[in-house]
Formats: sequence, C-alpha cells, structure tokens
Amino acid sequence: MSTVAPITPMAGHEPDAPRRTTSEAAHAGLSSRWASVSAVVIALVWTVPTLGLFVSSFRPESDVKTSGWWEFFSSPDVTLDNYRAVISGSDTDLGTYLINSVVITIPSVLIPISLATLAAYAFAWMKFRGRNILFIAVFALQIVPIQVTMIPLLSAYVQPPFNLMPLAGSDAPGGGLYTIWLSHSIFALPLAIFLLHNFMREIPAELIESARVDGAGHVQIFRRIMLPLMMPAIAAFGIFQFLWVWNDLLVALVFGGGSLEISPLTVRLAELSGQRGQDWHLLSAGAFVSLAVPLIVFLSLQRYFVRGLLAGGVKG
Amino acid sequence: MTTTDKLLQMGIAVALFFGVMGVILVLTSRLRSRAGERLQTAAFLAPSLLLIAAGLLYPAIKTIYQSFYDAAGTGFVGLDNYQTIFTDSAQLQVLRNTAIWVILTPLAATFIGLVYAVLVDRAKFEKFAKALIFLPMAISLVGASIIWKFVYDYRGTDQNQIGVINQILKSLGVDTYRFLLTEPWNTFFLIVIMIWVQAGFAMTILSASIKAIPEDVMEAARLDGASALKMFRYITVPSIRPSLIVVLTTISISTLKVFDIVRTSTGGNFGTSVLAYEFYVQSFRSFNQGLGAALAVLIFVLVTPIVVYNIRQMRRIEAR
Repeated sequence: MSTVAPITPMAGHEPDAPRRTTSEAAHAGLSSRWASVSAVVIALVWTVPTLGLFVSSFRPESDVKTSGWWEFFSSPDVTLDNYRAVISGSDTDLGTYLINSVVITIPSVLIPISLATLAAYAFAWMKFRGRNILFIAVFALQIVPIQVTMIPLLSAYVQPPFNLMPLAGSDAPGGGLYTIWLSHSIFALPLAIFLLHNFMREIPAELIESARVDGAGHVQIFRRIMLPLMMPAIAAFGIFQFLWVWNDLLVALVFGGGSLEISPLTVRLAELSGQRGQDWHLLSAGAFVSLAVPLIVFLSLQRYFVRGLLAGGVKG
Repeated sequence: MTTTDKLLQMGIAVALFFGVMGVILVLTSRLRSRAGERLQTAAFLAPSLLLIAAGLLYPAIKTIYQSFYDAAGTGFVGLDNYQTIFTDSAQLQVLRNTAIWVILTPLAATFIGLVYAVLVDRAKFEKFAKALIFLPMAISLVGASIIWKFVYDYRGTDQNQIGVINQILKSLGVDTYRFLLTEPWNTFFLIVIMIWVQAGFAMTILSASIKAIPEDVMEAARLDGASALKMFRYITVPSIRPSLIVVLTTISISTLKVFDIVRTSTGGNFGTSVLAYEFYVQSFRSFNQGLGAALAVLIFVLVTPIVVYNIRQMRRIEAR
C-alpha cells in the first residue's frame, strides 16, 4: 500500500497524504484543516507531557525548581547529576530497586509460561474426560479480579495450611520473594493457558496425528513440534506478562509490602512522589529509570505485542 | 539481602520451576499405555490447576465469605459491610467517583483512539504517528501519574510556573489552578491520565479492524455518492462495531480496577478515592477485613457481566 501523491490541494500541508484505499472517503472528508489540526493536537497531548519530564531529568536542580522545562530550549544546560543522584544516592538508591524489579520480573514471566504451555497443550491435544468443562472453568476464572484473592492469599502465605513452610515473614525462603513470584504466576495462568491454547489449536491436527501414527508420544510432540511453533505466541504472552509485572504496583505493595528489600521500582517511585513531591529533578530522572526498560522491550518487540493484543490478550 | 543473594534466589526459583517441568516431561515421556496416558495428562495439568485452585478459586470463595464478617474477620455481621458501602457518605463518594471513572474513561479513550486511527490511517507517517499514542501503554501507571503530576504542577500566579498547563493559563491571563486539589474537578484531571494511557489500546484494535473492512463495501458506497462523513457514520462505524464494543468493555474493566493513579497522584485525598483504592485502604491500611472483602466482592460483581459480554463479543469477531 504505497502512498500516492496528495490530490486535494487543501491537504497539501498535512503529514498524511490521501490515497485510494478503504477508508479513503472517510478520511478525505475528515482530512479538512480540522482533521489535521486534531491529529496534531492529539499527537502533541500524547507526547508533550513525557517530553517535559524527560527534558527536566537532564536539567540542573536549580533550573528545574525555578523555571519551566520549556525554557531549556532557550538556555540549554545539561547535566547527568540527577541520574547519578537517583541511581546511587543513598536516600533514593534506585539502583537497588532496579535490581529488585529485575529479580521480581524474570521468574514471574518464566514460571507461568512454563506451566501454562504444558496445561495449554493438554487442553488442546490430549483427550480426557471433562476436558471442555475444565477448560471453560479455567477460562472463566479470568474474571476474578486480583483484589478478591488478596486477603486470603496473604494469610495463606503467612500461615499456610498443613504446616507447610510460611512464604512470608522474617525467615521466609528467598526473603519473601516467593510470595510475589507465586502471586504474579497465579494471576497470569488463566489468561496464559487460554491464549496459548488458542494458538495451539491453530496447528493442523494432521501434523499431530501423523506424528502420533509414527509413534511419537505427547512429550516428543510437545518438545519437537509444539514448542518451536509456539515461540511467537509465547513471545507475545511473555511481553504482556513482562510489562504487567514490571509496571505492577498493587501486587508488590500487598505481598512485598512489609519489606523495602524486595520492593520494585514502582513502589519506591510512588513513595518518592509522595515524600518528595516537589523534587522534580529526582522524580523526573527516577521516572525515566523505571520507564527505560519497558520502553526498550516494548519498542523492540512491538510486533509480537500487537499480535497478542489482537488475539484477545488483555488482562481483565 | 545483597544483590548477589537476590540474583541467586531468582536463579533457584527459575531452576526449580523449569526442573519441575523437566521432570514431568522426562518421567512421562515413556508412558504409552492407556493408564500411562492418563497419568501424563494429569502431570501436564496438575501444576497449573493446583495453583489456580489454591490461588484463585479458594481465595475468591473465602473473600465472599469474609465480606459477611466484621473488621477482625471473626464476628458474623450479615450484610452490614455492604450497607456501609451504600450508605456511608465517604463510601458513597467512592461509588460516585468510580461511576464517573468507568463511564468517562472508556468513552473518551475509545473516541480519541478511533478518531486518531481514522486520521492517520494509511498516512505517510502512520507507523510513527501510532507509536506516539501507543507508547504510554508500555509505562507504569505510577510513571504516567508522575508525568501528569508534573504537567499539573501548581505555583501561585505571580510565580514562575513549572507546570505546563498552568503556564498556558498564566499566559492567557487566567489565574493558575490547583488541578489535583480542587474538588470535585480533580477526579476529572485524574481520569485524563487513564484516558492518556488507554487511548493507544483503543487505537490499535480499532485501526486493525478498520483495515479489515472489505474494499468493495467502501467502493460501493463511494459509487453511490456517499459523503465522507456519511461513510464514516454508516460504513466504518457499523463495520467495526464488535471491535468497538470489545474496546469499550475492556477499558471499563481496567478502569474499574484503577488503583495506581489515585494512590500516586492524590493518595485518595481531596475526594478522589475509587473502589479499588478504597479496597486497598480498608484491607491493608485500616485493617477492616470485612469492609475490604465487601469492596473486593463489589468489584467482582461489577466486572463479571462486562467480562462475560466482552467474551461473547470476542467470540463473535472470531467466528466471522
């Protein structure tokens, strides 16, 4: 769909050139002066707030506190002091929380993926009684908001039944990180199983059947056929789960709440915003420390993300 | 814990779970008999189903049960907690705010997403233009709230402004405004943040479904001499209607659970609290377990019909 040269003279100054395509007419009508103005206004409102904070993160403290960030363009004065202060400064220490975020996120993405691919395979290609009912049940559990599970889950971690080892508390294994990993995994499972199941069902049945006829067991089929074919779907779900966990505040607050030792960036940043709400030189740099990772992941893997979105991958 | 400790623990956790998966695969790979296959199925399903049952199903039932008990979770109080939600003036304000959030956010985000999707459709810089609106989806609501707190920053009119909106007001000769503190309008300014985050989602889904409208349908309408606006109204919108509904419902669900924005921007003060935030406060700050549970159940009850409807719509889109 290559673009054609602008045909309406009025649209000559627009960023978008009219073309003969599906939505051409709708477009042409809207692409009066008003249309392009509104597109530009929307684009500005969606970028200027971020730009302002980004610019501020590189300005010296005194500038940030006494003049608007737009003045930067008339008197540019760049410093990395803010980043140095938030990452390694003893009072903010975002470096530690950055590590925490990584430590929380990686298992919280890998665990549900590994468990869900197995379960999704069983639902998609193994024959057993009650399969449909069980699958619908798992699917239906997507509607349970995490808020509903939090209080009982927390008390189960603190005082587990059957004298199991408590996962929260002062001498919990992994410093209490298991509560966060497990919670994120549990909340991800229904959607992960549902999405991966849908992708697996799209693989032609003949492929599986012929492998079966050749004497391959489910495990071989799973490893040799399913996993390689599933990689794009797994990537799509992986990105969702990554963004969800990295950006999460509620789960980290509730399950890691007691100890700042295992809190992620979001928790620390929210705290900073409350305690030092006027220290914009620190807040701006801090915000971008936490935004950098998801933005990089998102931009480099956007293709998979969009595919996942269109397949219904929205966490309820 | 030191950094090395944490990374070590992380390695152990990942190895543990991949170990479980590996053991299941190895142990069951040799089973071919009928009973063997049954065991294999169980082994594939058991880890997930156990976690779901213990971590979602049981807690959900327990919470519903708890919502009929008092703050300490010991004395049965019947429907008292629910009565509090619907009669207490502070709680009523929470409900009112939640209603405003859930009505405004989906409508505004979807409208903006749709308009933008149509405007940039097949434009020269379509990819870039879309990425601009899309990016807020990648960042945390905490980050988004900080970005907008800076936009809303307040200084007295005679001072140098550092918040961009108040600077605009000032240069227009209007007094600067406390966007986050002035009731009741502060709720609307918080909603703006959520709209800003969600519009990208709406745009992505709607743009994909606009591109899926068959060429000949548009062609026919064009030959009949339909004007552009009419085509938008009578062809584009009806064609993407199922997607529109999915987008609206999905955004309402996320909005019902919004917590981070309120907590980061105002801490629920100045009359801005919403259901999901109030749940957190009652459960983990005021330690009123019963009321917290009742608020969680209310979120559950409100979300359920929307999700069911949403799933039906998605099915319908898939079936086409």
